[in-house]
Amino acid sequence: MGSRTRENPLAALAALAGLLVAASVGLIFFYVPTDADQGFSQRIFYIHVPVALTAYAFFAWGAWKALRHLWKREPGADLESYVAIHQGVIFGVLTLLTGSLWAKISWGHWWLWSESQLVLFLVLFLFYGAYFMLRYSVEPGPARANMCAVYALFGVVLIPISFLAIRLANQLIHPVVFTLQGPQMSGSMFFTFCVSLAAMLTLAVTLFHVELAGKRLDSRLRELRELLA
Amino acid sequence: MLAVTAAEKYVAAAYGIVFLVVLVYVLIIALKLGRLERELDELTGRVRQPREAEAQRREQVPVG
Repeated sequence: MGSRTRENPLAALAALAGLLVAASVGLIFFYVPTDADQGFSQRIFYIHVPVALTAYAFFAWGAWKALRHLWKREPGADLESYVAIHQGVIFGVLTLLTGSLWAKISWGHWWLWSESQLVLFLVLFLFYGAYFMLRYSVEPGPARANMCAVYALFGVVLIPISFLAIRLANQLIHPVVFTLQGPQMSGSMFFTFCVSLAAMLTLAVTLFHVELAGKRLDSRLRELRELLA
Repeated sequence: MLAVTAAEKYVAAAYGIVFLVVLVYVLIIALKLGRLERELDELTGRVRQPREAEAQRREQVPVG
């Protein structure tokens, strides 16, 4: 098994993701104490926040790859940017769904338009959702790659705004757990959160590499088909 | 029967949605990889066919 994972690092990454996900589920349901304020529903925090941070990370990674495409003309950077944004959108959907469930049980509403962080996250999500409309409305080629890269870079501006919205708006309905004084939770809760975040990031990186490998194989097969035609 | 609170239902729904979406995503990727494998088989067949025909033709040439 050792040599097999050395030959195929993606299999090792997938195994690590599986282990971390299993560990985080175990910690969330059997180790971490129930929150005194919110009760059992606070356990949504351990999946909602890591999923949201993973979405931000992949939007940022997509923008970084877009910059590499425009700046260094790095081969394959356009495809990597596209796959990263795709991952970001998937995790964005999960953030909105888990957030809505948490909002319903905590605030009694599925959605609050008065909450700037929710609205800004929705704007960020819709912005990157529209990225696919742009990508699939232009013929493949260098022009499409450049347009998509510029669009992905514009979106990155929304990430820090969305992230800091709650602090800028100074509204306290949406909980603020991470402050300048550090995480406002017990050690066991912070440990569980860190394992959960590591699990989500590893899972997303694994899915990113699987999708990227599929896309690369698809483009090589298309080239081969054209050569044989 | 086990009594389930509203909070437990919402927590189960949140975790269930995440795992369901990941599962659907993996299934879609698996279907795409299956399609790519079929395409690869087809292209391999197209490359192999003329070569095999050529080899057969060479075998049929009388020698001497």
